[in-house]
Amino acid sequence: MALTESDVRHVARLARLGLAAGEAERLRGELASILGHVSAIAALDLEGVPATSHPLDLVNVLAADEVVPAAGVEAALANAPDPVANGFRVPPIGA
Amino acid sequence: MIDTLGLTAERAAALLDAREVTAEELAGAYLAQIERHDGELHAFLHTHPEQTLEAARAIDARGRSGLQGVPVGLKDLLSTRGVPTTAGSRILEGFLPIIDADVVESCREAGLVSVGKLNMDEFAMGSSTEHSAFGPTRNPWDPRLVPGGSSGGSAAAVAAGMAPFSLGTDTGGSIRQPAAFCGIVGLKPTYGAVSRYGVVAFASSLDQVGPFALTVRDAALLYSVIARDDPRDSTNVGPREPVSLPSGTSLAGLRIGVPTDQLAAGVDPGVRALFDDTVALCAALGAELGETTLPHASDGLAAYYLIAPSEASANLARYDGVRYGLRVDAPDVHAMYEETRRRGFGAEVKRRIMIGTYALSAGYFDAYYGQAQRVRTLICRDFAAAFERFDALVLPTAPSTAFAFGDKVDDPLAMYANDVFTLPVNLAGLPGLSIPCGLSDGMPVGFQLIGPAFSENRLLEIGHALEQAIGFDARPPRLSRGVA
Repeated sequence: MALTESDVRHVARLARLGLAAGEAERLRGELASILGHVSAIAALDLEGVPATSHPLDLVNVLAADEVVPAAGVEAALANAPDPVANGFRVPPIGA
Repeated sequence: MIDTLGLTAERAAALLDAREVTAEELAGAYLAQIERHDGELHAFLHTHPEQTLEAARAIDARGRSGLQGVPVGLKDLLSTRGVPTTAGSRILEGFLPIIDADVVESCREAGLVSVGKLNMDEFAMGSSTEHSAFGPTRNPWDPRLVPGGSSGGSAAAVAAGMAPFSLGTDTGGSIRQPAAFCGIVGLKPTYGAVSRYGVVAFASSLDQVGPFALTVRDAALLYSVIARDDPRDSTNVGPREPVSLPSGTSLAGLRIGVPTDQLAAGVDPGVRALFDDTVALCAALGAELGETTLPHASDGLAAYYLIAPSEASANLARYDGVRYGLRVDAPDVHAMYEETRRRGFGAEVKRRIMIGTYALSAGYFDAYYGQAQRVRTLICRDFAAAFERFDALVLPTAPSTAFAFGDKVDDPLAMYANDVFTLPVNLAGLPGLSIPCGLSDGMPVGFQLIGPAFSENRLLEIGHALEQAIGFDARPPRLSRGVA
C-alpha cells in the first residue's frame, strides 16, 4: 500500500505533531520503508492465536480501597509552564 | 588516591568495611574519574558533586554495613526527586521530578550514593545514544565508536570507572547491547520483577529496569537491591525467590541450548568465533549442550517495531506542554501542542510516534498491533518449548561489536536490526544476561544467556561460572593509568 504525503499529514495531526517544511516528504519515505518491513506480519495466518499483552500468566486482583496521601497542589504545579490558581493555564481552543 | 577503573562494588564495599577508605573519599574518587574522563566520553547528563559528597558524609557519620556508601549511576529516565530527569529529550529539559522512582528509593534505602544521571537515546529509542538530544556518549574502549544504547551512558560510566555499577532500562536490548559493546555485565530482569514506578515510560509491556556492573556478582548485588514487589506498578510482581549471590564455577548438570536457526542471520565473523568458543567453554565446564530453534523469533523484529512504537505513541501523548516540560507558546491550544511536540522531540522519537499512531489508527489496529501481539504469543511458545529441554539458551548479545558514529543513524532499519538477538527476549518477558566473552579487533563481544521467567539466580550462576573461566579484563587499555 502506498503511503502518501497526505496520509503522513493526517497521522501527524492525530499525533498532535507539528511538521516543519519538507518534513512530511522526508517522513513519508522513512515510514514507507519501515512499514514495508514490518507489514510482513500483517500477512501471517494467525487465526486462533490469542494476543499477548503481558508475558506472565497473571490473574487480576483488587487492591484495598484505601485513601493514601497524594502529591499535593504545590508539588503538582511545580513544573507547570503556566500555573494559575491551582490549575494549568492553556491558550484558548480554536482561537 | 583510589583507582576506580576496574574497581568492583564488592571490592569497594570491602575497602569501606576495612576502613581503608571512607564513603566520602570513595565518592570523591569516582567524581574525580568523572572529572577526568567525562569531557571526552559524555556518559553523564547531570552530576551534583556536592549532593553526592553530602550523602556519602552522612553514611560515614552514622556508621555503615553492606553496600552502604557504594556509589551508583542512574539512567536519566529514572525519576529523581528535585534532580533533573530528561530521558535524553529537550521536551523534559529543566524538569524536576516530584517523586523518586521505586528503584531510586531502593538504592537510597540500601545506602547507595548516586553520582549522577546518565546519558541515553531520547526516551530510550535507539541503540547507540546518537539519538540523545544532548549529544552522544563515546565508547571508553574507542571513542570513535558508539557505546551502544539506549543505556549507553550507564554502560560507558561503569566501563570507564566513573561508577562501580549503574541502572539502565531494557525495552528491546537497551541494557544487554551497551553492556556487550562496553565489555561489562548487563542484566535485563523478568518483566514484572522490578517496579516501573517513576520510570519514564517508553513501551510499557516491554520496559524493565536492570543493573550494569563489572562482574556478575556485582550485577546480582544491585539486582537484589531493586527487585521487589511494589503496589504502585500494577504490572509488577517482584522476584519469585530471594536473589542469591553466585559463587560456583561448574556447569555440571545444566542443559544449555543453542538456537541455531537464529545464528543463520548475519553475525560478524569475530563475534561468531567468540560465541562458538564460549559455547565450547560451557561444555568444558560440564554443561550438556544441545541445538534448538525459535521458529517465530524471526518475526520478532517486525512485531517489536509495531508494539514498541504503538505503546510509545500512547505514552508520549502526555508531553503536551500543559503540566510540565517544554511549552512553545501559540495562540491556539492545538497549535501549542503541535509546536511544543515538533520542537521538543527529536527525529527518531517522531518517527516512532508516527509509526505507532499509524499502527493504532482506525482500520489498522488489528492488522498491525493486534497481529504483532499474536506473533508475541508464538514467540512465547517457542521459548516455552525450548525451556522444556534446556535450563538456558545462549546467543550473541548483538550481531556486531560497537559500530562507528554515523554508521546507522540515518538508516532506522539497520539500527533496529542490531537488536535482533535481544528483542525476542523482551517480547517473551524473559530475563537475559550479557557477559563479556572476549575481544574482537580490540572491541568487547557480549555473550547472552536467556532463561525462563524468574530464573535470574540460575542465569547469574551460569554467568558467574563462565566469567571465572573466561577471565575477561574489563578495563579499557586506553584508560589504564600510566598507559594512555
